[in-house]
Amino acid sequence: MDHPTTPARGVQEHAHTHVHEHAHEELGFWRKYVFSLDHKVIGIQYAVTGLLFLLFGFTLMMIMRWQLAYPGKAIPIIGGLLGVANAPGGIMLPEFYNQLGAMHGTIMVFMGVVPLAVGGFGNFVLPLQIGAPDMAFPKLNMMSYWSFFLGGVTMIVSFFLPGGAANSGWTSYAPLSVTAIGNGQTMWLIGMIFLITSSLLGSVNFIVTTVQLRAKGLSWMRLPFFVWAQFVTSFLLLLAFPPLEAAGVLQLMDRLAGTSFFLPSGLVVSGKALTVAGEGNPLLWQHLFWFLAHPEVYVLILPAMGIVSEVIANNTRKPLWGYKALVYSVIFLGFMSFIVWAHHMFMTGMGTTMSAFFQTTTMIISIPSVVILTALLLSLWGASIRFTTPMLFALAFLPMFGIGGLTGLPLGLAPSDIHLHDTYYVIGHFHYVVAPGTIFALFAGIYYWFPKATGRKMNDTLGVIHFVGSFIAINLVFFPMFIEGLAGMNRRMYDGGTMYTHNAAVLHWNVVQGYAAWALGVFQIPFIVNFFMSIKWGKAVDRNPWEATTLEWAAPSPPGHGNFLTEPVVYRGPYEYSVPGSARDFSPQFEPEKA
Amino acid sequence: MNIPYTVEERPDTGLANGKLGIWLFLASEVMLFGALFSTYIILRTGSTEWPHGELNVALGAVNTVILISSSVTMVLAWAALKMNNFGRHRLFLIATFLLAGIFLVNKYFEYADHFARGEGPWHNTFLAIYYTLTGLHGLHILGGMIVMAYFIGPGASLWKRSPEQFTNRIEYTGLYWHFVDLVWIFLFPILYLL
Repeated sequence: MDHPTTPARGVQEHAHTHVHEHAHEELGFWRKYVFSLDHKVIGIQYAVTGLLFLLFGFTLMMIMRWQLAYPGKAIPIIGGLLGVANAPGGIMLPEFYNQLGAMHGTIMVFMGVVPLAVGGFGNFVLPLQIGAPDMAFPKLNMMSYWSFFLGGVTMIVSFFLPGGAANSGWTSYAPLSVTAIGNGQTMWLIGMIFLITSSLLGSVNFIVTTVQLRAKGLSWMRLPFFVWAQFVTSFLLLLAFPPLEAAGVLQLMDRLAGTSFFLPSGLVVSGKALTVAGEGNPLLWQHLFWFLAHPEVYVLILPAMGIVSEVIANNTRKPLWGYKALVYSVIFLGFMSFIVWAHHMFMTGMGTTMSAFFQTTTMIISIPSVVILTALLLSLWGASIRFTTPMLFALAFLPMFGIGGLTGLPLGLAPSDIHLHDTYYVIGHFHYVVAPGTIFALFAGIYYWFPKATGRKMNDTLGVIHFVGSFIAINLVFFPMFIEGLAGMNRRMYDGGTMYTHNAAVLHWNVVQGYAAWALGVFQIPFIVNFFMSIKWGKAVDRNPWEATTLEWAAPSPPGHGNFLTEPVVYRGPYEYSVPGSARDFSPQFEPEKA
Repeated sequence: MNIPYTVEERPDTGLANGKLGIWLFLASEVMLFGALFSTYIILRTGSTEWPHGELNVALGAVNTVILISSSVTMVLAWAALKMNNFGRHRLFLIATFLLAGIFLVNKYFEYADHFARGEGPWHNTFLAIYYTLTGLHGLHILGGMIVMAYFIGPGASLWKRSPEQFTNRIEYTGLYWHFVDLVWIFLFPILYLL
């Protein structure tokens, strides 16, 4: 905690921090940094682990991109390290490509984005923003992290087992997944059960904390939008994940106990009839999976919207446009997300009645999403914007999420989905939502709250390089996917689609995307350097470097165990920027009227 | 550092943290078993022939009575604390624990009987869902027993330090226990009777 602060108030604050800290028992290294009960440490653990998994999952994709750009050619540099079973002579085997594909999805969604967005930002920021000393259940919080960690380890270990990792797609559709050879799929299911348990523990904690530990004066309509987003997200995790846990148990039974929940009668695999009881239902897996995985899409996007709202309000120096509309939209969005899942299943032959219902709900759910995006866009109107690094990422989020959302509409309607299903168009669509959308928002959040977590700002020059490079590269990766998809290129071809002549006109994009993906990798280096360098050498800051209004900026940077030096009291709404008649252009929630 | 409202209720919500927590947990449990019940319905409606009379209805009925009784003793164990009678509380909590144990022993005999005939979960789809549902329910019973054993043993000392908190914890255990009981009340008819 030994960091220089700016004079006057900073020095005083520093002294306070120390008095405050000594009031608590001194914790040893293990209890303080590893098995910590402090929500901020757990949040940082989640965030760092999530970032590492994101990097790992992205690395898998960079390897796949080589195979797509230059199918059948030896992978340079790391080709020899992949093992004879996966890439003899550095040339990737199709089975290994399938493993990489399945694990890229699983890692990015369940071990990267969600732990960073919910476990990381939720844990670190939410209790601070509601003026709480910690989460409601600190021990559950720690268990949640370690359950996530075990799940992650299980997934990674599966790469090194005979037969490798799961290779039936991140969706693990039955019966392919049930009959998959090797331990990978079993490990995947066990890993998922750990990850689900982690999410359940976390979501109970977030909801109870938000309901019970709000500071005095912090009524529901004074909550920052980030808190609302996390609150709704927690309900999605709480109620949507258990059905996947059930499905995971059923698939484990199928794989280990010889049941046939997802195996129909008369199934023939590799020319041999399966000796199982049969009478199962493969579609049941898809229903149970998407009952989670569609709300999961909103688990990925809502925290991102929350982060972007905070950053935009702070850097436009204006109240968010339509705060109430945002809140009602996010609640409605959360509710609707439970009844749209089968729009992933138009091609399964589930019938036109079902399709009609899920098309309708899908069109309805786009309304609150558009309301949120519009409100954020209108918030920019007439503002004198501060183009800080977090703001650059937040601004990029808006059009990127916009592209992702709009390209989703044709997929939500059965007639156009039948043409586009299982093509690169789908990949382009959801990556625009999650990668330049959510991940950019997460970067915005890292740059924005880094000073709170460390007491130092990240470097802006490196930040701008990181932003501009990533923005160009990521669009060159994902935009061509719409072109490829519309041309009919299938999303799962391990040879990049060369086996079909109809792809010939778009094959050259694979090379462009390859170079763009590797460039994207290179442009993460400034971020990594910046991240570690700034912890030690970043510009030291006071408690409120961004001149923000929400409660986390009332605590010292970094806050000690227990967060606030005095119990915070809330006097006003979350985004009182540029209040007419006020001496400054921000009126923090935690300062009484006269300040 | 103290977390507010761990024992006392927050005035504007009327809840202590633990109570809201346990209700949320039960909500997620409803979704877990809900998914499995849905699976049961889908498998059954999609089957060509659903087996009947494979289970021992008498033993299932006995177990139903046992579990309902254990719910009653659980309430009595909590009520005794409310009346400040710790001895009576222990008596009823131990009774609940034993009833739960008897339930599992009966379940063991049912399982053993099937396995002796070579009828494991692989035998047919009915037995597959039967083992999954009752197995998961059995794990919930076991989890409840572990919690009760803790409050009979090392956890009991909390009564001396903070009787209110101890009473709350027994109440939350009770809420969980009633839920586990309720699940069985749905399981018994759909697996044994219908």
